[in-house]
Amino acid sequence: MIAVALAVAWRLVYKAFTLPSFLLPALLFPMIFFLGFAGALGRVAEVPGFRYGPGYEAFQFAFVLLQSAAMAGVFTGFNIAHDFERGFARRLLIAAPRRSGIVAGYVLATMARWAVNITIVFVVAMLVGMSIHGGPVDMFGLLVLGFTLNVVGALWAAGVAMRLRSAQAGPVMQLPIFLLIFLAPVFVPLDLLQGWIHAVATVNPFTHLLAAARSLLAGGTSDVALAFAIVVPLALVFAVWALTGLRRAEAAGG
Amino acid sequence: MSVAAQIGHLGSRAFLRSLRQPGALFFSLGFPLVFLAVVASGLDRASDLPGFPDDSFLDFMMVVPFVHGSLFTAINSAVELGRDIETGFLNRLALTPARGIALMLGNLAGAVALALVQFSIYFAGAAVAGAEFEAGLLGVPVLFALAAMIAVAFGAVGMAIALRTGSSDGVQGMFPLFFVTLFLSSMNMPRDLVEADWFRWVATVNPVSYLIEGLRSLAISGWDPQALALGFGFAVTVIAASVTVATLAFRDRLTRT
Repeated sequence: MIAVALAVAWRLVYKAFTLPSFLLPALLFPMIFFLGFAGALGRVAEVPGFRYGPGYEAFQFAFVLLQSAAMAGVFTGFNIAHDFERGFARRLLIAAPRRSGIVAGYVLATMARWAVNITIVFVVAMLVGMSIHGGPVDMFGLLVLGFTLNVVGALWAAGVAMRLRSAQAGPVMQLPIFLLIFLAPVFVPLDLLQGWIHAVATVNPFTHLLAAARSLLAGGTSDVALAFAIVVPLALVFAVWALTGLRRAEAAGG
Repeated sequence: MSVAAQIGHLGSRAFLRSLRQPGALFFSLGFPLVFLAVVASGLDRASDLPGFPDDSFLDFMMVVPFVHGSLFTAINSAVELGRDIETGFLNRLALTPARGIALMLGNLAGAVALALVQFSIYFAGAAVAGAEFEAGLLGVPVLFALAAMIAVAFGAVGMAIALRTGSSDGVQGMFPLFFVTLFLSSMNMPRDLVEADWFRWVATVNPVSYLIEGLRSLAISGWDPQALALGFGFAVTVIAASVTVATLAFRDRLTRT
């Protein structure tokens, strides 16, 4: 299984870093969101009631870190769907002695891609003046939270891609994650939101993940336990979702 | 068959082909509206900032879906052109008496027709959400005309990329670069309220800022001749430049064929 996982992961990582059509979207989207939001909206921190010690760059970096972690999984889902459309997945299913290794390989590749991408965004964020109040332990916690969400995103998208086996499945993978991410306090803290979006953000689990990431960047621990209590079970649920998706693909003959 | 008829046939083919892809269509229709809803609500308090040009962030953002929709439609159209090149459709078409200009404009015409349908939905969506449109009834056709020109401009850029790369993957790979121009513009905040100097500079030299500000002026100021002149001027400039590049790429591709 490990050999299968490593082979699948290597193939995807190789493609991801050698083909611009794979490399650019996954790297540029978090970069665009960070620069676009942190750069343009810095004055939002002057809105009465906005209180966040590290500043608006860090406030947005927490969002971008989690957004890119989740969406990296969706990009992997696109790759899986393409593999099925072009017949490669069928050959992969025939060749792999332990097929669960295929899912593991896609997840490993997603983690590797995200690690590189978020490192680059982090460097850019520091260059434009992001300030971090958290220590090494907080940063480690933030990374673990990001990687866990990254795995959740990859398993979700893998499950969808293996069930639908078409690039037309893109919106099905993308939209729920997009909605969860953006129906959270992206631009201002929860208590500054008004109307319907405040009501939705209050019950949106992603709000707690975002609060935890912002808290860790500020050197706090608020919402951190709750965030892990949300993402770890989600990872387990979506592992089952992805593996049953694999079984569906096997039954359909790839 | 006249050139206009050729454009009509190829345009309707492009239009119908887009309708047959519900995934892409849903995204180009749904994403701009969801983005409007989320950003306008999430940043509502930003309209309290001193110097903000309107008392509602929804009014300020209501034209952004027009730009998003133009962009997505252009991308989808360019991807389809890339696919036509990959599958040899363009080569087969080039063997027919169809004129080169018809092959290029047909694709664009289909994209713009689809964009116009989307614009109507975006406008209705913003109105239902409570957005106010300062330019009144007469401003609506001007809004649609400028937005259509923006769709042509983006479409022509996409066409140039598709003809240069000759593949749908190549076009998709360039997709985030289009987004860079959107997000590094005055899309989310007026330029004079941007705090970061580097961002204000980038937004000022980015032509997309003027396209958005031209559309936005109709929504929040009524009739602003300078903003409209800049919007239409930049749209025409981008169209002229990208059509020139696309024409050269088209000739080059047919020569290689």
